[in-house]
Amino acid sequence: MIEFQDLYKAFDAKRVLQGFSLKVRDGETMVIIGYSGSGKSVALKHIVGLLHPDAGEVIVDGQAISTLDRDGLTEVRQNIGYVFQFAALFDSLTVGDNVALGLRRRALEDDEISERVREALAVVDLSGTEERLPAELSGGMRKRVGIARAIALRPRYILYDEPTTGLDPVTSAVIDRLMVRTREHLGVTGIVVTHDMRSAYTVGDRIAMLYEGKVRQVSTVEEIQHTDDPIVRQFIEGRAE
Amino acid sequence: MIESLGRRSISAIEDIGRVGYFVRDMLRGLRDVGTWGSLVMIQMRRIGVDSLPVALFIAAFTGVVLALQASYTFTGAVPLYFVGTLVGKTMMLELGPVLTGLALAGRVGASMAAELGTMKVTEQVDALETLAYDPQSYLVVPRVVAATLMFPVIVAFAIAVGIITGWLTSLVLLDLSTPDFVKGLKLFYVFKDVWFGLLKSASFGFTIALVGCVVGLSTRGGAEGVGRSTTQTVVYSAILILVLDAFWAVVLL
Repeated sequence: MIEFQDLYKAFDAKRVLQGFSLKVRDGETMVIIGYSGSGKSVALKHIVGLLHPDAGEVIVDGQAISTLDRDGLTEVRQNIGYVFQFAALFDSLTVGDNVALGLRRRALEDDEISERVREALAVVDLSGTEERLPAELSGGMRKRVGIARAIALRPRYILYDEPTTGLDPVTSAVIDRLMVRTREHLGVTGIVVTHDMRSAYTVGDRIAMLYEGKVRQVSTVEEIQHTDDPIVRQFIEGRAE
Repeated sequence: MIESLGRRSISAIEDIGRVGYFVRDMLRGLRDVGTWGSLVMIQMRRIGVDSLPVALFIAAFTGVVLALQASYTFTGAVPLYFVGTLVGKTMMLELGPVLTGLALAGRVGASMAAELGTMKVTEQVDALETLAYDPQSYLVVPRVVAATLMFPVIVAFAIAVGIITGWLTSLVLLDLSTPDFVKGLKLFYVFKDVWFGLLKSASFGFTIALVGCVVGLSTRGGAEGVGRSTTQTVVYSAILILVLDAFWAVVLL
């Protein structure tokens, strides 16, 4: 289980998280929605220790992230796959090497690494692209390689940072389907940060809205769709006022 | 005015502290030989082999100019075979290491800052961390080790080429015979001339790579930030090379 406990984070004078608390249950996909710059990605980065909270704590499987040393953090990170907003593939490595990189850290045999790379690329429908460079791929393909890199690790948790941002509707739907497939086939717990409501409704079990640094509402998809909260309604309906 | 001075002083002290922490983390990263060991060779090729043409080009013309300027300065008052002495000593002690260092601050340091800066702003460094790699072991240590090892090699070649072009210039343009040039070359030669130059160049390599990594990994703000980091790396490296040059002269000569 992943739990945010009263998290505070500021960058200079800009206060981003102000008492953010949320529990993500094992096996579910939690979608965090909110305005651009509201701190959704910031919250996500606290889970893997890329950012450190000013106050509060993130608990992953009972371990307080901010108290872990580098070795402890490495151990936690080995259970978490992270899909970055722009995929964050390594330009100088081929697609195969990108997917294999995390596996090489785990003292696996070369044959097993190759097998897992093939398997992960097959899941995202990119079989046979092992030798291509990221620069030769489209935006949607890069995101799928990013997902393959995360699932190749067979993690317990996958964190998706704006997985459909900048993609056309069809490619977004492909990515949504992949996220659902990943949860159904691999049984991983997911956290998806997005402001794409169609994607949120498709992949989420529950949706939490982050507003002014804290959770405004957390509910099932259906409850969110029928919410009375004017702030949440305005956001999910995409109204200017 | 005083407030601004205070702010700048605090910022400078913070920067020094940041570099201190960075070096501490880099030393910690050295323990993970399994990660950086295999990457050092790639960096050695990039830094060493790929930089050789630039370094040799500079050294070649430096040798020519040194020989001609020495002969012009001596103007009959000093035996001409001292051209060999001046070319040898200057290439080994000063111009070989320093000119190569300054040229490679641009080529190697700037390229490291640009590469790491781009990786930083495109979240590739964060991605490495989430894949359970220490960026220090994966990115910094291989570059710093490779630069420290390869700079003396590049400088050794540069010194040799500088002396050879100085000799050829003496033969062709100064009517100095080979035995006379060699006599001058050997005249005040001590082995310290060689190791002093090479030690100095190793320190330049270490510094340029360290600056490139520190600045590159502190990059913020997209393409503009990458450009800023690249420029900063070249400027800081050039300044530090000159400071180190004076430091080694004071300490070892």
